[in-house]
Amino acid sequence: MNRRRVSLGVTVIALLGLLAGASGVAREKEAKAGAAANPAPVLLIRHATILTVTHGTLENGDILVKDGKIVAVGSGLKAPADAQVIDASGQFVMPGIIDCHSHIAIDGDVNEGSVSVSSMVNIADVLNSDDPAIYRDLAGGVTAANILHGSANPIGGQTIVIKLRWGQPAAKLPFEGALPGIKFALGENPKHSNFGGFGLPERYPATRMGVEETIRGAFTEARDYKKSWDDYNKRVAAGEKNLIPPRRDLKLDPLVEVLEGKRYVHAHCYREDEILMLLRVAKEFGFRVQTLQHVLEGYKVADEIAAAGTGASTFSDWWAYKVEAYEAIPYNAALMTRRGVVVSVNSDDAAEAMHLNQEAAKSMRYGGLTHDEALKLVTLNPAIQLGVEKRVGSIEVGKDADLVIYNRDPLSAYAVVQKTLIDGRVYFDREKDLAGRAALEQEKKELLAKARKIAEKKADEKKAEGKKPEEKKPEEKAKPPQDRIDEGGAR
Amino acid sequence: MKTSGMRMRVPVLFAGCLCVAGMAFGQTVPATDTAITHAKIFTLAGAPIEDGTVVIHDGKIAAVGEGVSIPAGAKVIDAKGLQVYPGLFDPITQMGLSEISAVRATVDTTETGSFNPDLVAATAVLPSSAHIPVARAAGITEVLAVPASGGFDSSRATNLIGGQASAIHLAGWTAPEMLIRKNAAMVMDWPQIETQSFDFSTFSRKEKPFSDAKKDYDKAVDQLANWIEASRHYAQVTAASGGIYDRDVKLEAMIPVVRGEMPVLVFADKARDIRNAVEFCQKQNLKMILAGGSEAWKVKDLLRSKSVPVILRPTLEYPREEDDAYDRLMTQPAELLAAGVKIAFGSFDNSFSRRLGQQAANAVAHGMAYDDALKAVTLYPAQILGLDGELGTLETGKIANLIVTDGDPLELTTEVRFLFIKGQLTPTDNKQKDLYEKYLHRPAATK
Repeated sequence: MNRRRVSLGVTVIALLGLLAGASGVAREKEAKAGAAANPAPVLLIRHATILTVTHGTLENGDILVKDGKIVAVGSGLKAPADAQVIDASGQFVMPGIIDCHSHIAIDGDVNEGSVSVSSMVNIADVLNSDDPAIYRDLAGGVTAANILHGSANPIGGQTIVIKLRWGQPAAKLPFEGALPGIKFALGENPKHSNFGGFGLPERYPATRMGVEETIRGAFTEARDYKKSWDDYNKRVAAGEKNLIPPRRDLKLDPLVEVLEGKRYVHAHCYREDEILMLLRVAKEFGFRVQTLQHVLEGYKVADEIAAAGTGASTFSDWWAYKVEAYEAIPYNAALMTRRGVVVSVNSDDAAEAMHLNQEAAKSMRYGGLTHDEALKLVTLNPAIQLGVEKRVGSIEVGKDADLVIYNRDPLSAYAVVQKTLIDGRVYFDREKDLAGRAALEQEKKELLAKARKIAEKKADEKKAEGKKPEEKKPEEKAKPPQDRIDEGGAR
Repeated sequence: MKTSGMRMRVPVLFAGCLCVAGMAFGQTVPATDTAITHAKIFTLAGAPIEDGTVVIHDGKIAAVGEGVSIPAGAKVIDAKGLQVYPGLFDPITQMGLSEISAVRATVDTTETGSFNPDLVAATAVLPSSAHIPVARAAGITEVLAVPASGGFDSSRATNLIGGQASAIHLAGWTAPEMLIRKNAAMVMDWPQIETQSFDFSTFSRKEKPFSDAKKDYDKAVDQLANWIEASRHYAQVTAASGGIYDRDVKLEAMIPVVRGEMPVLVFADKARDIRNAVEFCQKQNLKMILAGGSEAWKVKDLLRSKSVPVILRPTLEYPREEDDAYDRLMTQPAELLAAGVKIAFGSFDNSFSRRLGQQAANAVAHGMAYDDALKAVTLYPAQILGLDGELGTLETGKIANLIVTDGDPLELTTEVRFLFIKGQLTPTDNKQKDLYEKYLHRPAATK
């Protein structure tokens, strides 16, 4: 995503962008911050078709929400005196969509691509709560997302799970209690095979063999590093004095967390051989790969993935954009599901995340998943993959009230999100969005007029001083032709 | 809820002798009369027929309606419970021109240079591309193969004049067999005022002052105007001299364009660019089709008044500007239609061609009439490209490109049961389905 960066040097258009952008966000923030300061309301959603995901479908059902949690699911629930009631007659409620592979809400680029192992960098440090993609993905029913580093390195940066609490500051985005992760990447992207030749410096690895050895090398170091710390801690615990601690290594610390099961590995991969390679390496070092990401040839080695207890997070129907995606099939999710793999369908893309419900539906056509199985691909299964299934992923008493209300069955291309709730608060409301557009348009017009005036005044002043008016600054923000690569060879 | 486990059985009655040997190769079978009976038929040329018959003869639709008699010896498909539609038409793809977008050796979409009117897409369409049967499985029966039209990794066209787009059937042993119209449209990429560029040597963005960018833009527009004028002059002189003149293949290729016989497919997205392109084409007397049109809604009155049709880029793309409504691209189709602008949907890609129906359905969810949405992936692209005499509806005399489905062809869960191209039953099996079958039957892995 290209963030709009505007210097205050001041041109008409640039100033406009700044004013318009800032005010829109400010308005949203005001509204949301007000809501956030108050305790979550008691909410009763009534008369909906409730897709619980774990307990079937409840017709004409109600959901009672208190303190951000689901406290009752049933029919004919009584509204407490202080409850706000949402009449969802004729509408469908499903658990909030969880996107297991996202690059939204990141300030700047997603790749630290200069080194083969970039485990020292952390996406959590660059969360950007002002990214409009947060709001747009909310409008697509997404309530939580796994925010990943790019795929330029065999071992990439640290990752974080967020809730899409639009309008809250960045510090409020992280999903409390969710284990952090680290991005790994195998295949064409870490070996830089698709974007050499642009004067990029050569960098090891350049083969899948090299990818394996990069990972093995790093974990060999990490194991030794861990041992030196363990030894040190043991001796300290035994009461030894004046010991010199091992030198901290910011690159190896997160890998030690992986070895200790305190950090999940989310590994970008495509081909069957590299999938098996990583599962072997993980076994060798005694850690588990939490999820394989994209894993477009996962269907070929589904038994092996299932046996390793590893999850698979894939695309619905993307293929052929590179060699390792040429044997991608839209049946991937269904085939892996049938072999016992916990499978999710992810977006990798802010626009794709706006319709993940539709992408999940495709697995009913391609491979014959049931309605509930298809729903799980974007709810319970990604929750399991991110280790937050006790909190979200289904509509059950005790779980967070992260819910989406659609005007019809969400596994249809005709379904439109009406409301998205996180922690029992409405963060997206289509009615309000529609109602607010005229005012936003008006505000934008006024800002334009204001900015024009300022610019004209400045120009006049300059003329009065007998100087040439300042050169107009760039107006356009062109997408680089290969933006996808820039994004991290995200795919 | 529908799952593919609950498929309806459809008996195929072989009233005549049917040779299916050719099907194994993903190609069409030899001609025979076919009758599809007891189907709900969406002709798109009138109200749907509840219990109708389509008769196909010699690659054409011979009859459509209730109580149509079935010719002796015809192969009969009893389509009770099924629905018949015209095949879907994807009017912007790189079908056959690009196989794996990251691998240059497999990509023949875009030439070097900026004035390439003599290039013809059909020349480089690979009939055995794996994309073709995959797109067929989504009910797509014909596409426009468009040179210099971007694709998955870059949605921008790149040449000023990129070459000629060819309309092709998604079946045929050779590219000539696939042809509908070889010279369907001339591709023009409307220049943009680009103040930022991406520098691969430093992997960073480079900025250019607006005035410089504007100068480059003006130069490009002048260049375009010069080529058009040179082409017009060339057309006049060659006509006057009876064809004896210093021949120039590029200028020659432009003759149908300057005569207004071949439409110009102009790629532009921003309102300003669209306005400028429309003005340019008016001034130069060119028949313009707009491709892209992210901001077409901002200039809808202009587009209507100048009768410029639009092939819209996918409704599921990310809204262009930060302050655009989140559903901007999904509401736009309804808005344009209401303003009287003719539109069609395009995938602008190969691998996402199969999302054409989904693109249309999302527009319906945001206000577009269903009937219009169906037509925007069948009849309207045919009309925009001047092919509606042969394609786009199920009417007697038209080419029999049609699909038999178990439901709404725009919906995600609908299966295409039978697909006909030029009247031939054409398989929807493909590489992906083959891989599915293969690995579905992989024995349990040894531990």
